[in-house]
Amino acid sequence: MNLKTRVMPSPGTTPENELFIAAAREGRFVLRWCDDCGKTHWHPRAMCPHCWSTRTQWKPASGRGTIYSYSTMQRVDPPYTLAYVTLDEGPTMMANLVGAASGAWRIGMKVQVQFEASDDGTPVPVFAPAS
Amino acid sequence: MSSRQAKACIVGAFEHPTRKAPDKTVAQLHAECAAGALADAGLSKNDIDAYFCSGDAPGMGPTSMIDYLNLKVRHTESTDLGGTSYISLVAHARDAIAAGRCHVALITLAGRPRSEGSSGTAPRTRAGTPEAPWEAPYGITTVNGYGMVAMRHMHEFGTTSEQLAWIKVAASHHAQHNPHAMLREVVTVQDVLDSPVISDPLHRLDCCVVSDGGGALIVTRPEIARSLKRPLVKVIGSGETVRGARAGEIDLTTTGAALSGAAAFAEAGVKPGDIQYASIYDSFTITVLLQIEDLGFCKKGEGGRFVADGNLISGVGRLPFNTDGGGLCNNHPANRGGITKVIEAVRQLRGEAHPAVQVKHCALALAQGTGGNLGSRHGSSTVILERE
Repeated sequence: MNLKTRVMPSPGTTPENELFIAAAREGRFVLRWCDDCGKTHWHPRAMCPHCWSTRTQWKPASGRGTIYSYSTMQRVDPPYTLAYVTLDEGPTMMANLVGAASGAWRIGMKVQVQFEASDDGTPVPVFAPAS
Repeated sequence: MSSRQAKACIVGAFEHPTRKAPDKTVAQLHAECAAGALADAGLSKNDIDAYFCSGDAPGMGPTSMIDYLNLKVRHTESTDLGGTSYISLVAHARDAIAAGRCHVALITLAGRPRSEGSSGTAPRTRAGTPEAPWEAPYGITTVNGYGMVAMRHMHEFGTTSEQLAWIKVAASHHAQHNPHAMLREVVTVQDVLDSPVISDPLHRLDCCVVSDGGGALIVTRPEIARSLKRPLVKVIGSGETVRGARAGEIDLTTTGAALSGAAAFAEAGVKPGDIQYASIYDSFTITVLLQIEDLGFCKKGEGGRFVADGNLISGVGRLPFNTDGGGLCNNHPANRGGITKVIEAVRQLRGEAHPAVQVKHCALALAQGTGGNLGSRHGSSTVILERE
């Protein structure tokens, strides 16, 4: 395994992600849910993208998911793996896969969220193999 | 079919011959393309009364370019669906003509990504987009987005790298006859598989070229088209849509072509089996495979078998595609391949493609594009063109 680690650019803070980041700083992974249609979504928005209700709120999520697809950039230094992970709560989100050699990933593998610091320290969710 | 009424015709088509233009401005390249299409149509500058462009146009798009070109227009529009925009703009120009807004519409594209060092392996999330905070940290580039699409298609349907490679092989068979093509060497399936993996499962030869250049089109009323000396190419069907991450309900193996294609076929009153030539956006081999399925040339999941064994090679297979060599071998100006898709379809319908790749008696053609990234969000446009 390449020991060099890719440092992610910061997501920046916006009115739509600041509470997500605040939760992440406490190690909590949250999802935005709609009080009207009862559904959750990704990426989080103030207004529900399913029914356009503005009655949405953050709720704790399991952080567990399954790899939907992935691709490893093999000719950059260091290589890194982009993926979509389908969360146990339903939505599929973009992320990076970490904590295993690039040849180890398979679609359908169970993964668990963890947070990594981006270049300004803002935590970003990534996924590692579920223990 | 030849008696079908059309609201507009494509009478001018021009592909800039350059593939590297470090000494020209982007506006200058747009202007050279405009002049080329106008000369091809046999019209003069003052006949143009509408201008259409997209995100590659410098400055304020139409406002900057109409002034630079010194045009006097009564209709203009800029639509950004990424690289497919120009296929949509053909339909938008037709609609503006049908509504009486204009008579002669100019569409231009140009850019210099090769001179400016643009690469498909550089992160491409745009700052300020609503998705940027949720995607930019992960390093989504053009190639790893499409890599995830290919990976998922292989998982669901058993598609192989060998099958994808056949798409590049077919494009290279066509490009050998195009003196302007960047890559004219005929390649084999093994050549594609032996090229380095850029982002798995995509190899270098699964990726399109990066080229400077551009193109332009002239669309006009049928009455004006008939007064000109060029073969008539009618716009008889169109469709467009945007498909994205769908709030987390992601399905990477279906593109917007399923919707835009169905709309175009319904309007034109023809079926996939009637199409004699297809230009299909080829940013990557997987891009072609998905659109072929979604347009209905074969069933979902059977694209791998459909494209194998030379089925896309003109004179050999069932569906001759991208006979100029496409983005995979010929040209991908401004990282936006939509306009060259229309241009080669026009050449085929006029009988002006290279004799080695010209489809005999070509009367019905399709141009299909996707723009943006099939791995995140993309626009899709389809036009169906008929020779009268």
